[in-house]
Amino acid sequence: MGTELFVPALYESLFPAGISRYAVGGLLVGLGAVVIYLGTGITAGASTFLESTLSYVSDQSRFQRYRASRDWRIVFTVGIVAGAAVYALTFQSGLVSSGLYESGATGQLHDVGGVTVWLTDVQPWRLFLGGILVGIGTRIGKGCTSGHGVCGVGSASKTSIVGVMTFLIVAIGTAQVAMALGVSP
Amino acid sequence: MGRNRHPLFMPLIFVGGLLFGFGLGFSHMARPEVVLNFLQFEDFGLLFVMGGAAVVTGIAFALVPRLFDRAPLTGDTYGRRLKSFDRNVLIGGAIFGVGWGLSGICPGAAYASLGVGNVTIVWALAGMFVGAYLQGYWRSQRAASETTPAGAD
Repeated sequence: MGTELFVPALYESLFPAGISRYAVGGLLVGLGAVVIYLGTGITAGASTFLESTLSYVSDQSRFQRYRASRDWRIVFTVGIVAGAAVYALTFQSGLVSSGLYESGATGQLHDVGGVTVWLTDVQPWRLFLGGILVGIGTRIGKGCTSGHGVCGVGSASKTSIVGVMTFLIVAIGTAQVAMALGVSP
Repeated sequence: MGRNRHPLFMPLIFVGGLLFGFGLGFSHMARPEVVLNFLQFEDFGLLFVMGGAAVVTGIAFALVPRLFDRAPLTGDTYGRRLKSFDRNVLIGGAIFGVGWGLSGICPGAAYASLGVGNVTIVWALAGMFVGAYLQGYWRSQRAASETTPAGAD
């Protein structure tokens, strides 16, 4: 008798924002990687952009290895920023709506010349310190959530699966500790 | 690749990035709060983002090499993304995990965050460049000291 009550309640607590916005977004992220793969054979990741772009300003041998790919990695990154901006102009600004998209209640929304921009409430020190560790870690660990998590897992690469499990478990532990210590937002 | 790139190479990379970034915006992965909610077990939606993306790439990476010989814009053969496994995958993964768990931000999502108007994210982007520079500087020094005999000066 409890299942009719229990199942929706469980779903509500696991997915308070539903799943369609996440699943549709994920399919599009995968599609972006596939378009690049189909045309060029490249399995793209987002974090090498950091090292390859540093080759413009540093002579260190580590960065010079990425000279050959640094120009297209900038184009890829500019594309990511532009794609998110298209989302901001359409769904985030309410110009386009869909039953598959559910807006959220995090951060702050501001109207700037008719466009709704979104700003995080997460404190700058968390972003900066976290960013430093992300920058070090992805480069030592050979990939990030897109390189390992999307292209590597899609390649059924054991290295990437182990990499994803490692950062997922450690990130959950870190976020739980931060929450327990009362770090918010 | 290199000298004679196909004229559509860059436009295609841009279109791929466009879809990628739109997906990150649409899924709210460009919002650190939503990632932190996942890591704190308040919303498991992120599993569908990574899972959905990996299913799409998985199908393409399995089928495309069987259907086609070479990529039209580069002439390269289709491979998979297979990196060698060593201790660094665990060490780097753990350091990345601490950073991701603290900030809720990873590289692709940070670029996309800029696109949704989140200028505060420059803190994370600056941090990532500092981290990548520190790591690259250290690796370069170590590589140099391994190739030149010790005590040369």
